[in-house]
Amino acid sequence: MNDGIKINRIDSIFKDYVDNKFDYLKKIMTMSNEEIIKNLTESGLKGRGGAGFPTGSKWKFAAEQSSDEKFVVCNADEGEPGTFKDKEILLKVPHKVLTGMTACSKVTGAKKGYIYLRWEYKFMKNDLQKSVDEFNEELEKMKIDFKIYIVLGAGAYVCGEESALFDSMEGMRGEPRNKPPFPTESGFMGKPTVINNVETFATSTMILSFGGVNYAKLGTDVSHGSKLFSISGDTAIPGIYELELGMTLHDFVEKFGDGDTKAVSVGGVSGALVPRKKFKDTIIGWEGVPTGGAMILFNSTRSIYRILHNYLEFFEEESCGQCTPCRIGCQQLKKGIEAVKKGEEDPSYLDTLASLSKVMNVSAKCGLGQSVMNPVLSAVNNFREELIY
Amino acid sequence: MKKIINLTIDDQKIAVDEGTTILEAARKSGIKIPTLCYHDDLCIAGNCRICVVEQENMRTLPASCATPVAEGMVINTNSTKVRNARKFLVELLLSEHNADCTACVKNKHCELQTLAEQNHIREHTFIDLKDDKNYTIDKLSPAIIIDYSKCIRCQRCVRTCEEIQSISALSAAYKGKDMKITTFFEKPINTVVCSTCGQCVAHCPTGALTEHFYIDEVWDAINDPDKHVVVQTAPSVRVALGEEFGLKPGTIVTGKMVAALRRLGFDEVEDTDFTADLTVIEEGNELLRRLKAKLVDKDESVKLPMVTTCSPAWVKYCEHAFSDQLGHLSTCKSPMSMFGALSKTYYAEKFKIDPAKIVSIAIMPCIAKKFENNRPEMRASGYKDTDYVLTTRELAIMIKQAGIDFNSLKDSSFDSLMGVASGAGLIFGNSGGVMEAALRCAYMIVVGKDIPFEDLSITPLHGSEGEIVEMSVKFTGTKPEWSFLEGVTVNVAHANMLSNAYKIMDEIKNGTSKYHFVEIMSCPGGCIGGAGQPLPTNKAKRTARKEAIYTGEKMIEIRKSQDNPEIINIYDDYLGKPLEEKAHKLLHVPGFTPRKRY
Repeated sequence: MNDGIKINRIDSIFKDYVDNKFDYLKKIMTMSNEEIIKNLTESGLKGRGGAGFPTGSKWKFAAEQSSDEKFVVCNADEGEPGTFKDKEILLKVPHKVLTGMTACSKVTGAKKGYIYLRWEYKFMKNDLQKSVDEFNEELEKMKIDFKIYIVLGAGAYVCGEESALFDSMEGMRGEPRNKPPFPTESGFMGKPTVINNVETFATSTMILSFGGVNYAKLGTDVSHGSKLFSISGDTAIPGIYELELGMTLHDFVEKFGDGDTKAVSVGGVSGALVPRKKFKDTIIGWEGVPTGGAMILFNSTRSIYRILHNYLEFFEEESCGQCTPCRIGCQQLKKGIEAVKKGEEDPSYLDTLASLSKVMNVSAKCGLGQSVMNPVLSAVNNFREELIY
Repeated sequence: MKKIINLTIDDQKIAVDEGTTILEAARKSGIKIPTLCYHDDLCIAGNCRICVVEQENMRTLPASCATPVAEGMVINTNSTKVRNARKFLVELLLSEHNADCTACVKNKHCELQTLAEQNHIREHTFIDLKDDKNYTIDKLSPAIIIDYSKCIRCQRCVRTCEEIQSISALSAAYKGKDMKITTFFEKPINTVVCSTCGQCVAHCPTGALTEHFYIDEVWDAINDPDKHVVVQTAPSVRVALGEEFGLKPGTIVTGKMVAALRRLGFDEVEDTDFTADLTVIEEGNELLRRLKAKLVDKDESVKLPMVTTCSPAWVKYCEHAFSDQLGHLSTCKSPMSMFGALSKTYYAEKFKIDPAKIVSIAIMPCIAKKFENNRPEMRASGYKDTDYVLTTRELAIMIKQAGIDFNSLKDSSFDSLMGVASGAGLIFGNSGGVMEAALRCAYMIVVGKDIPFEDLSITPLHGSEGEIVEMSVKFTGTKPEWSFLEGVTVNVAHANMLSNAYKIMDEIKNGTSKYHFVEIMSCPGGCIGGAGQPLPTNKAKRTARKEAIYTGEKMIEIRKSQDNPEIINIYDDYLGKPLEEKAHKLLHVPGFTPRKRY
């Protein structure tokens, strides 16, 4: 383990270690299912979409299910504001994603794989389709009974939630389902399904090519390896960076900030809005602030009220609207901070709103409504004056 | 054998089958968890979140309706965390809801109101959102009114329309703050595929969906000295009305109901069961005529199976979904509409009353009847045959308005002319009843003997709710004029709920149906589960009403429609022969109206 990480740039996801893009596939297909699971488990890889479920376990659960049909789904509904890494992966190294999906199909026995591509990425569909066709052809040549398809989303943020994504793929209105059952038991079309983020599949390919143990050497005890960060906002060097996990937010801001950073949205709008005073104590990783990779930096010219208002406006639009806490809670939070700002409600109403966000956090049906609390609590607890005056 | 799961709820150790939800497990142990979007008749949605509970070692509060039990689970249904969450959730719903409770039809029967009371809501914690919503009221349908300001988006109506009826006239639209329950392209409900069955009304927890009320119009007619107000009551009203006055579901209150109607001031109280008998005669003869045309005359234009048309929501559904199969529908009007036509012809003539002065009222368990009586086809008398239709609930409201102490009323009986009915007429209230009554009648016509079932009770037809019940009847020893039916096996089926109607019609359309005669009722269990019946609706109540209908039938001596003396009378005196002349003009529709599928 590498303690005391400052900022360590890694070059794995976008780099090719091989001559031919099918070399990964060929190597992985020589591995046994047990070897694949073992490598993934040893790597400590957790879902890179943000929820952080151990990938090895997910594949194993799906493999253990007996069913006439199983599916592999790649979640390319990269909707979190501030994240744009999956787009880059699909544009630059799609074969790594496709290889990861194929490895998953080998383990689970799935015969069909789907890439759920967000509507806003339809510009890349033709190119991606070419890569998929080429890859499918290779699979056929290698006599691998697995085929990959692209499904286009329709533009709803909530469809990035895995079960809403299945609804959308099935042609229905995208609404998160009740869990359990989880997708590995009942997912797309009610069949066992592994659904992983684009980056997770690409990372799996890399782990399987250079070994899980090697990958686990990066990062901390809890947050292994490296991941992609989409860095935007008040920074001179925005972009996508692959960084070793476990750095503090302080070190991160030292590197990427503009010298005047007052807060960072770690994990996009549904993540915490971390204030400067907490930069030193905040580790970017599962032990601190987990993230799907979106890092939005704000300097002192930005109004936290405006930022939070913008986030809440986003949530009240993008909630699917089915569950009470999320549908009405988001509207109340936005209305509430407006009323406090205008002086129509007492500043103490912010505490009611904080309590409301906590109730949403425990009672909402899916991650969308549950995570609205993150920016709200950060703002109310750390930037209260900005919300009042 | 299902695996047994052990868990603890509120310190009680509980063992239940695997697959049971936390909510069900709690109920079995007498622990009441409040619910809102949950309904026994429907699939689990888990969207209102009112039923959340605390689970040990879990960050979030799972919705108990949607979470299966697990071994060793420790649940607390009444922790501070749970109470706080629940209270906030109710307050959130109220902030979007038009809580003008005293002016709401669901006042004191609203599930949201009950939750507000139970959760001790005494102030408005949150900001009123109603002004932002542009809520509207859709009053254009004669049957169903939608007040969007009272909708809490629990989607019970959506699930009802989809699961029970397979129609999906209502669905969720938009997302986030704009998410709402609405119709196709937000068109008025009277212009979309809605069958008007009203089951959405029966399953709505608030006042968002209600029937179109005609109470005031009926009072006006009663109070108009120039008008002669005739009222008819459907078979299933008498086994349900008592519930509105605190009586047990399934209590038969025929006598009190008639007494109450007299007290309300109706001039004549007659029985829809009588025209149910008439329907049996007409429909039985129509079936036999179709069988003859098909089997003997080889007339390909005649459609079999013939399908009953007593249920107006079914007829409208068929016009939408199977507009190319309308030839299968019996041309017989429903008992209500036969009565309506007769009230302004036969009745008017007999009692020498100007039909223009007659106001014909029907008390129905049904909401779709409010659509039916407004159909242009239902004007055979030269007037609107049935002027107003009231639901069982509306009748109860009128009785309460008039200050009548229902339970202490002395029994009264129906007036004569159209007030006597056979048991066959009464069982129309249950799904399968029309079929049973028609078979009794047809068998007697063809064979000249009673159908060989003890007490004439064709028990194989007494199926359970939501089931497609099939039966075969073989005719042996037929009368000479029906000899073409000798040895012929007639296959019949009946079903309730339009989701089942779809299955049957799909087979008919594909030409794979083996039936000759089919009865379809739109509502769960038939009319006893009609959308106009006392609320809340649930299977236990519907079962009690069903039993009451069969018990009630046992108390009636006349069991076949053709033995009803008033039926014999009306044919001798007025109608002539079944299916002919006057009977044809007054009791049958000229045709049906093909409608769009959206």
